[in-house]
Amino acid sequence: MDKYGIVFALLGAALAALGAGAGSAKGVGLAGEAGSGVVTEDPSKFGKVLILQLLPGTQGIYGLLIAFITLTNIGVLGGSSDFGIAKGLLYFAACLPMAIVGYISAVAQAKASVASMGILAKRPDQFGKSMIFPAMVETYAILALLISVLAILGVSGLSI
Amino acid sequence: MAEQLYAYAVARIRSKELQLLGRSDVDQLLNCKSEKECLKLLAEKGWGKTGEESSEAMLKAEREKTWDLMKELVEDTSVFDMFLYTNDYHNLKAAVKQVYTDTKDMDIYITQGTIEIGMILDAVREHNFSALPEHMHSCAEEAYQVLLRTGDSQLCDVILDRAALEMMLVKCKESKVELLARYGELRVAAADINIAVRGNKTHKSKEFLERAMAGCSSLDKKKLSSAALESLEAIYQYLQFTDYSDAVEAIKESSSAFERWCDNRIMDLIRPQKSNPFTISPLAAYILARENEIKTVRILLSGKRNDIPDSAIRERMRDMYV
Repeated sequence: MDKYGIVFALLGAALAALGAGAGSAKGVGLAGEAGSGVVTEDPSKFGKVLILQLLPGTQGIYGLLIAFITLTNIGVLGGSSDFGIAKGLLYFAACLPMAIVGYISAVAQAKASVASMGILAKRPDQFGKSMIFPAMVETYAILALLISVLAILGVSGLSI
Repeated sequence: MAEQLYAYAVARIRSKELQLLGRSDVDQLLNCKSEKECLKLLAEKGWGKTGEESSEAMLKAEREKTWDLMKELVEDTSVFDMFLYTNDYHNLKAAVKQVYTDTKDMDIYITQGTIEIGMILDAVREHNFSALPEHMHSCAEEAYQVLLRTGDSQLCDVILDRAALEMMLVKCKESKVELLARYGELRVAAADINIAVRGNKTHKSKEFLERAMAGCSSLDKKKLSSAALESLEAIYQYLQFTDYSDAVEAIKESSSAFERWCDNRIMDLIRPQKSNPFTISPLAAYILARENEIKTVRILLSGKRNDIPDSAIRERMRDMYV
């Protein structure tokens, strides 16, 4: 039964990359659609549109980071992977904030980005303000990232 | 998800909204001395195709631009059929009358519709209404027979106008889009109120009123027609207890004031769509905003052409979307 520890830990790492990555892919795609609409009418707005489009892409990077830290700590990328099922489940739980919040925040941020593109289309001089709205959503992705990082590092130090 | 959200289409519409005429543009047009000057100003704003066409050609070109854009943005434009049914029924009306009077004037047709004009004309000529969409079969037959037997073109209009409104309302409700459902309801209610007021002034019978009015959920057809049979005051009293209480003042003013009230109410309905980044509603709002713009410009140009004082034209100006 002890050998299942690594299975749960790896599942957690995969979920973090999967959830946050899928959310970002969906979000960047949606923002890209709206961005194409704005650029079709005014190609000079490409640079600003690109920034708004990329905002929901950060969650995918956070997911990758969490997956990478987990893989390093559980010995998949080298080192020892000798731990029990309890520790494996703890790693799994540590990855969940990034997996779930990553997905939800990426999609929500994309919607805010699309709305901000409406501001950009009509009032390009208000670009700074338009960027704030989707950027606010980023806060929660960063909080989830922080908790996942702290939890993974904490779990790795536990002797169970 | 993205297909239903129309993110690309709405983003393009946001940019297109910048080109819509605002209140200041209308004021600028009002300050023009002649129709020609107005046309020149409109051409400078990108209206028309060549910039040298007549006013009707310019307005037609603008309407075509709107629908060409929609064809680009939406794969299946049948989602906007509710806006075109009135044109189809207008063309059917024109075809029935043309066949009855045996004339060949083709200027009476509206090109934007869901059915080709030739198809409608052939169906009427051959008395084969099965070639038309199902919703037109019975009303086309009825209108055709009425005109043929009685020569009453008003009754023919009434039958087809009601069918157009009913079909438009059905399509609006079927769309499951709240904005369209409310638009359909408003259009039918406004038409029913108009029928009641005109019916009262021309002393129409109860049968006529009920035959002319299309049913909608925000007005009680029976109560409205009974009020119309009684007096204008009775109509006002009935309307006070409906969603259209603010129409009373406009009706009292004049029929053109009531028409303006209807258009302004539609603008109030669609204005929140300016900040909606998703769904088909902002596209529908854009179509209606363009129609309102074209109607406003038509009134303005016709006023300038006929040397009507600016104050009189200004009274007829609609609220703009932007």
